[in-house]
Amino acid sequence: MLRLDKVNKFYKVGTHSLHVLRDIDFVVDTGEFVAIMGASGSGKSTLLNILGILDDYDSGDYTLDGTPIKNLSEAKAAHYRNRFIGFVFQSFNLLPFKTALENVALPLYYQGVTRRKRNQIAMQYLDRVGLKDWADHTPAEMSGGQKQRVAIARSLIGKPRLILADEPTGALDSETSMEIMNLLGEIHQTGITMLVVTHDPEIAKRTQRTIRLKDGRVLDDGRIKAA
Amino acid sequence: MFSLDRWMEVLDTIRRNKLRTALTMISVAWGIFVLVFLLGLGRGLDNGLRHAFRREATNGIWISANKTSVPYAGYDVGRKLVFDNRDYDRARATAGVEHLSGQYFIKGGQFGGGEMKTQRGAKANTFAVNAVHPDAYYLVNVTIDQGRFLDSGDMAQKRKSIVIGRPVRDFLFGKEDPTGQWIVVGGVPFQVVGVFSKEGSEEEERAMYIPVATAQLAFHGVDHLGMLELTVGDANPAEAKAITDKLVAQLAERHNFAPTDPQAARVHSNVEQFERFSALFFMISAFVVVIGLGTLAAGVVGVSNIMMIAVKERTKEIGVRKAIGATPGSVIMMIIQEAVFLTALAGLTGLSLGVAALGGIDSAVDSEFIKNPSIDLRIGLLATFGLILAGALAGYFPARAAARVNPIHALRDQ
Repeated sequence: MLRLDKVNKFYKVGTHSLHVLRDIDFVVDTGEFVAIMGASGSGKSTLLNILGILDDYDSGDYTLDGTPIKNLSEAKAAHYRNRFIGFVFQSFNLLPFKTALENVALPLYYQGVTRRKRNQIAMQYLDRVGLKDWADHTPAEMSGGQKQRVAIARSLIGKPRLILADEPTGALDSETSMEIMNLLGEIHQTGITMLVVTHDPEIAKRTQRTIRLKDGRVLDDGRIKAA
Repeated sequence: MFSLDRWMEVLDTIRRNKLRTALTMISVAWGIFVLVFLLGLGRGLDNGLRHAFRREATNGIWISANKTSVPYAGYDVGRKLVFDNRDYDRARATAGVEHLSGQYFIKGGQFGGGEMKTQRGAKANTFAVNAVHPDAYYLVNVTIDQGRFLDSGDMAQKRKSIVIGRPVRDFLFGKEDPTGQWIVVGGVPFQVVGVFSKEGSEEEERAMYIPVATAQLAFHGVDHLGMLELTVGDANPAEAKAITDKLVAQLAERHNFAPTDPQAARVHSNVEQFERFSALFFMISAFVVVIGLGTLAAGVVGVSNIMMIAVKERTKEIGVRKAIGATPGSVIMMIIQEAVFLTALAGLTGLSLGVAALGGIDSAVDSEFIKNPSIDLRIGLLATFGLILAGALAGYFPARAAARVNPIHALRDQ
């Protein structure tokens, strides 16, 4: 599914640059459920953003589904983000002025699906995350768990093959966190490859494989353990 | 460009962001409104000026014979002057004189104002009689409704031709066609050759014009003239003054009065007055235009500011949209489309309100100084499009910058 080969990433901070990712190497196969763990500042979110083509990297190679992801045109990147990858963020990133239904339907707008059709489809996905009755509510009227469910429905509507979740339970209490993880587990069961960034071992336990990062390096690939 | 769904998305965003929308629209609408209103008012002032001079030619000069006020060549002051036909001929030959008429003030008219008893059958009334040359037509600004004005044939043959005002016709003839019919003025029969009207001056319509040659013959005028009236083409005030001085000097020479006598030949020149008012009103109009443009510029700056802040405020939204698959092009288009839509709507609203306000001023203010304030619609539309363009540009640059940012940086924006 995806392969990283000696990927490096620097952040320029003032005059000196911060080396946030150092020679990252790993492979994720199709259908895996992977946790990326590490302390805060270990570079795990940056890694996820690079995997999601939300951020660029400075050296090395990243191959997604056989396509080298480097110097991709903005339109191409947009196409991948729209059709291939689904995102779930810690802070949900829903548009506050749109209803749950409209938020879920938004990726289909960028696919050129008609309004009626995409609202229909969005309703199916809201139903799937158990929020059919909340379709007309704006995010401000919903709890954190509900918002994350809406965000998950939105990430699924484009029929992605890869879901990237950045601390999806970071803003939720433990009970709600477990519900969200159950939901992600169900989605994984449908054959979608899933990567979850977390610092919570309880969350990591729910996945099949854990990649540990420390100071921008892969400490433990998780695969060796499995082998 | 035209996609219903994209418009729905834009309209939806506008509806959900009422404050931002309202601020942008007020700023644009106000700029256009003030510009339109001020430009219209400037036009109104100009029209008012022209209206004030409508009764007479704006390039007209009147020189009337009066009493001397300066002793000269052995004559005492207070001598009553009378011009005559030779003065007319001499003035006729003077360079710079465009149209020229003499006027004979008929003595013995009722009330001493040249008003004479006018009869047709049993109907009789008094109306003012002006004895003039055919060229007077160019000085009095009348409109010929029927027939013609006096002509050179009337003068040469001293015909008893008369041109009557509309109220005179209505009184004497009712609905009948007066041309070719005879009326009696001061005991002398005259044949009506034309009917005139004069916009906005019923007083001056209650009058009649007869050839000065006929009047001199019929009403004991010999070859006397009380006034010379002339136009000077498009001469500027200095040139008009030179022509006037020349004419006055000629008159002074023939009639033995001091050329510097301010009373003897009294001059009334519209050229100078019109020029003076024109300059004043031009200044006012220019001032008004400057203020209008300033307001428009403020509107442009306001719109640019609001667009920039709006885009900044939407950085996170843009990040979200990009993360779920929006292309940079679609992001830029979304913002520009919104900006153009808002400024166009607000601009046209301001334009309509401005035009409506001018209409209100026109009907509410009954002043000689402001007449028919209006605006060239092309200028209004041009200003509106300028503002729309400014709005689009103001949206474009920050939108492009925002669309280029890594989505993740945009998402981090608080």
